Amino acid sequence: MSQSLLTRAGMVTVYTIAFWSGFFVMGIELLGGRLLAPNFGSSIYVWGALIAVFMFALSLGYLAGGWFSQRNPGLLKLGLLLALAALTALPVIPLSGLPLENLAIAIPDPRFGSLCAALLLFLVPTFFSGMVSPYCVRLLVESEQTSGRRAGQLYFVSTFGSAAGTILTSFFFVLWFELNVIILAMIGLSLLLAILAAITRAQGNR
Amino acid sequence: MNWNKTLRCLLFTLPLLMIGAALPTPAHAQAMNTIHIEKSLYREVLVYEQDGERCMCFTRECRIGRQSCIILKDPHRFALNYARMMMAGALFTGAPPKRILIVGLGGGTLPMALAEVLPDAQIDVVEIDPAVARVAKKYFGFKEGPKMTVHEVDGRVYVKRAGREGKKYDLVMLDAFDHEYIPEHLLTKEFLTEVKSLLAPEGVLVANTFSSSRLYDAESATYASVYDKIFNLKRENRVIVARPAGLPDDATLRQKALEYAVPLRSFGVDSESLVSLFSRTPDWDVKARVLTDQYSPANLLNR
Repeated sequence: MSQSLLTRAGMVTVYTIAFWSGFFVMGIELLGGRLLAPNFGSSIYVWGALIAVFMFALSLGYLAGGWFSQRNPGLLKLGLLLALAALTALPVIPLSGLPLENLAIAIPDPRFGSLCAALLLFLVPTFFSGMVSPYCVRLLVESEQTSGRRAGQLYFVSTFGSAAGTILTSFFFVLWFELNVIILAMIGLSLLLAILAAITRAQGNR
Repeated sequence: MNWNKTLRCLLFTLPLLMIGAALPTPAHAQAMNTIHIEKSLYREVLVYEQDGERCMCFTRECRIGRQSCIILKDPHRFALNYARMMMAGALFTGAPPKRILIVGLGGGTLPMALAEVLPDAQIDVVEIDPAVARVAKKYFGFKEGPKMTVHEVDGRVYVKRAGREGKKYDLVMLDAFDHEYIPEHLLTKEFLTEVKSLLAPEGVLVANTFSSSRLYDAESATYASVYDKIFNLKRENRVIVARPAGLPDDATLRQKALEYAVPLRSFGVDSESLVSLFSRTPDWDVKARVLTDQYSPANLLNR
C-alpha cells in the first residue's frame, strides 16, 4: 500500500519546483560574478569566493531542509521555501551598488573582500534554495523501497535544472537583458511556482 | 594583436595540425619553437620563436593570437602594427605625458618604448596575471624601476581605487583584451567613466580594441557615450583615442608627428604615415546598444 503524500499533479509540481530551484541557484551564481566584477574584478579569487559561498550555503540548506521536512511536510511549505529563496534574493539588486563599493573600500584584500561580498549577497537566498531539495525528497518518497529511486530522480531533475540555468543565462540571457531584469524575472517565476504549489495543495495533496 | 597575422597563423597551423595528427612527429615543431611555458592562475603563458620573432601566446600553437612580439635581431622595433598606432595615439594628441597608466602588460613593449621616448614619465602598469609579468621580464626585456611600477591587480579594481585616492594621469592606455577573451567589466560605460575621472584636465585615453564583429558597433557606441569626440585608427586592429578637453586639429597632429619622427624611427614607426589614420568620422551604427555593467555580453558579440 502506497503512503504517497501526493497526487500525480502534486508530484509534477514537486519535480517542477526542484528543476526550477536548480536553475535559479546557478542563474544567480553566474550573474553574481557579474555583480561582483565592478568592485572586486573577475580574478580567480572572485570566482573562488563566489562558488565557495554557494556550496557552503547549499550545504547548510540541505541540512536545514531535511530537518524541516520531519514535521507535517506539505506542498504549501515547499512553496514557502521557494518564495523565501526568491524574496531574499531581492536585496541582491540594491546591495550590489553602493554597499559593495563600501565593502571593497573596507576590505581591500581581493580574496576576503569578494568572500564577504558573496556572503552578504548570496548566503541567505542560497541557503533557502538548498532547503528545497531534501524537502522535495520527503514529499516524493512513498516507501522505503522506492526512496533511492525517488532521490535519484530528484537529483536528476534539480541538477539538470542547474545545467539549464547555467547555459541559458550565460549563452543567451546576458545577451538579451540587463542583469537586474534577469534576476527580477527569475524571482517572479519562483513566486509563481510557489503559488502553483499552493493551488496544487488545494487539490487533494498534503 | 594582429588579425592578419593571426589569420596567417591559423591558416598555417591548421593543415599542419592535421598532418601532425597523422604523423608520429609533428612537422610544425621546426617552424614554431616553443622556448618556455609558464604556469599561470589563468592560463598557460607560452613563449615561442618563429621567423626571427619571439612572441607571447596564451594558447598552444598560438591558435588564437599573439599577445606581444619582439624581433630578435632588433628587439627595439615594434613587431605588431597595433603598438605603432598606440604610440601615435599616445604622443600626437596632447602635451608629453608625465603620469602614465597602462592596463595590460603583455610583453611590456609599450611601457618600455614610452619610458625611452619620455624618460621623465612615471609609468604605472596594471597586470592581473603575475605569470605574464614574470615572462615579460625574463623573455621580453621588460624592467621595473623607480619610474616603472607593475601592480598585480584586476584593472577595474585598480582604476576604482586610484579614482578614490584622487590620482590623475596624463595618459591612460587600455591594452587588456585578447582575441579569445575580453574581460567584460573593462568594456562598460561605467568603467570608461571611471577611467575618465582619472584623466588630468588635458589627459588622453588610448585603447586597443576590436575592428570587426558585432562588437564594433556596441564598443564604439559605448566609448561615444562617455567621450564626446574620439579618433578612430584602423588597420588590422583598431585603436580609439579620446581626449575630454577636445581633439587636436590636423595641423597639430602633423606637427606632433614631426616632433616625434626621429625618436619613433628606431621603433620602426613611420610617424607621418600614421597621421592619416586619425579618423574623426563615426563609421559605426550610432544607435547600437551601449555596454554597461548591467549589460555587457562583449564576448558573445565578438563572434
